[in-house]
Amino acid sequence: MDDAKLDALGQTIVSALPGAATGHSVAFNQLTVDVEASKIVEVVKYLRDDPSCRFINFTDITAADYPSREKRFDVIYHFLSPTLNTRIRLKAQADETTQVPSLIEVFPGADWFEREAYDLYGVFFVGHPDMRRILTDYGFEGHPLRKDFPTTGFVEVRYDDQEKRVVYEPVRLNQEFRKFDFLSPWEGADYPLPGDEKAGPKA
Amino acid sequence: MNEQPEQLRNFTINFGPQHPAAHGVLRLVLELDGEVVARVDPHIGLLHRGTEKLIEQKTYLQAIPYFDRLDYVAPMNQEHAFCLAAEKLLGIEVPRRGQLIRVLYCEIGRILSHLLNVTTQAMDVGALTPPLWGFEEREKLMVFYERASGSRMHAAFFRVGGVHQDLPQKLVDDIEAWCDPFLKVVDDLDRLLTANRIFKQRNVDIGVVPLKEAWEWGFSGVMVRGSGAAWDLRKSQPYECYAEMDFDIPIGKNGDCYDRYLIRMEEMRQSVRIMKQCIQKLNAPDGRGPVVVEDNKVAPPRRGEMKRSMEALIHHFKLYTEGVHVPAGEVYAAVEAPKGEFGVYLISDGTNKPYKCKIRAPGFAHLQAMDHICRGHLLADVSAILGSLDIVFGEVDR
Repeated sequence: MDDAKLDALGQTIVSALPGAATGHSVAFNQLTVDVEASKIVEVVKYLRDDPSCRFINFTDITAADYPSREKRFDVIYHFLSPTLNTRIRLKAQADETTQVPSLIEVFPGADWFEREAYDLYGVFFVGHPDMRRILTDYGFEGHPLRKDFPTTGFVEVRYDDQEKRVVYEPVRLNQEFRKFDFLSPWEGADYPLPGDEKAGPKA
Repeated sequence: MNEQPEQLRNFTINFGPQHPAAHGVLRLVLELDGEVVARVDPHIGLLHRGTEKLIEQKTYLQAIPYFDRLDYVAPMNQEHAFCLAAEKLLGIEVPRRGQLIRVLYCEIGRILSHLLNVTTQAMDVGALTPPLWGFEEREKLMVFYERASGSRMHAAFFRVGGVHQDLPQKLVDDIEAWCDPFLKVVDDLDRLLTANRIFKQRNVDIGVVPLKEAWEWGFSGVMVRGSGAAWDLRKSQPYECYAEMDFDIPIGKNGDCYDRYLIRMEEMRQSVRIMKQCIQKLNAPDGRGPVVVEDNKVAPPRRGEMKRSMEALIHHFKLYTEGVHVPAGEVYAAVEAPKGEFGVYLISDGTNKPYKCKIRAPGFAHLQAMDHICRGHLLADVSAILGSLDIVFGEVDR
């Protein structure tokens, strides 16, 4: 589908779901529709059942973390319509306490994807029958894909030969995790350059 | 003597994580009523390596090798999805020879994966010979991987904008010479399995998935084609030069394990067909030329150029330290990997590192339906179904 048709499709969806779908955009030949998190089930049902949409193939649920925002998470859904041969992306905003309705009644395949989003980001889906962690270790604490979670984590695991079992210990690094700042000072850096402190903050 | 009827209780067993039919590190908690499966609870994550978190810390170039380690049976197909996503954001087009090499190696990856799957599925249901025959061919294919990239599995051969190096002519010729004898091997496997009574008893009408359910559960690839949908991203949403390739898509009727096996067998033949066309096009005059975009802001300059040109040296230095700056935006790119739709959802904030990179693995969606498919089947069918789902833990656990 070309951009004009996608745009028209987006307009149809937004006008058919007042209050639930709040806006749409087309970029890179892909349609994105912004939705209210609390109305997500209604939107997805419409997309699945409406004859002009038929987004019957569930593709993906994930989240993205923007810690500086008031509602820090984007919950992102992807669906595919084999009839239209096109994809759609739904975006809903949520924070740590927002109860996003689960899609499991509409698409049973949402099961593990919602568990994963909960596990890695801490987005809470309400109505999901089995909201356990999925990818991380049994008894893991925290949500590793959040931007404020350190890459090195907090706990490390090793086999202890004396105790003859696997032990969990706080992470101890002999060398700090190396994160280089490659952004060139002429383009990106917003901090005073080393040796250039006297120049004062950039205007 | 005992007046009260015995309390009947379902039997719970652990299948894996150290079971040869668990295809890696899957732990299935099976609840059995006699020999009938009442509930399956797959526990995954034993191979979770935090790939998505790591990619957020790396430049786009450094992220590519992580994709080899997802579905390590067909490494280059994964790299392909990531490169496509980054290229969409950058708005660059891969030169023709680069596209042909990519398609050639993606089809090699498809054969690698299907060979492994078909033969080990046969092993799961009791046949020992197919893996021995199939793995000999896999070995040859991995040598092709090695001759192109220097590595048998973890190739890291694709680049944003093309592939790392051109193929030597001898390699192209050798791949061509491999094609026809391989079709014989497929026929041999075919004769060994397709009409085999035991193989059919173990697979026909086992693990039936109706098409509607297949879509709802997020299935893709062979899993929807087995249920009767003529859906293949290479045909329906062609990327690279698949549009000009001539090949057929086999589809199934019954949606059972046996249909999925037949589809994989036929897809191997079709892959060979595509490979032959790629080689023919690579040898044609318009198939010569660069394998990666000439833009030195994206792809490094040639070594010879760097000896003479200061600008080339600077470009090289900047690319291998700072890396490519990808314009802000978000994009979902999917390829038809051997196991299904492998998607990469990339959010860029305009810096040299991805802001977020979600990996949508087909095996993840397929495995979650284990409970749904296996209910009511016998315990022995679990391994047959698991085999036909084509699970590789590298991509399920990420």
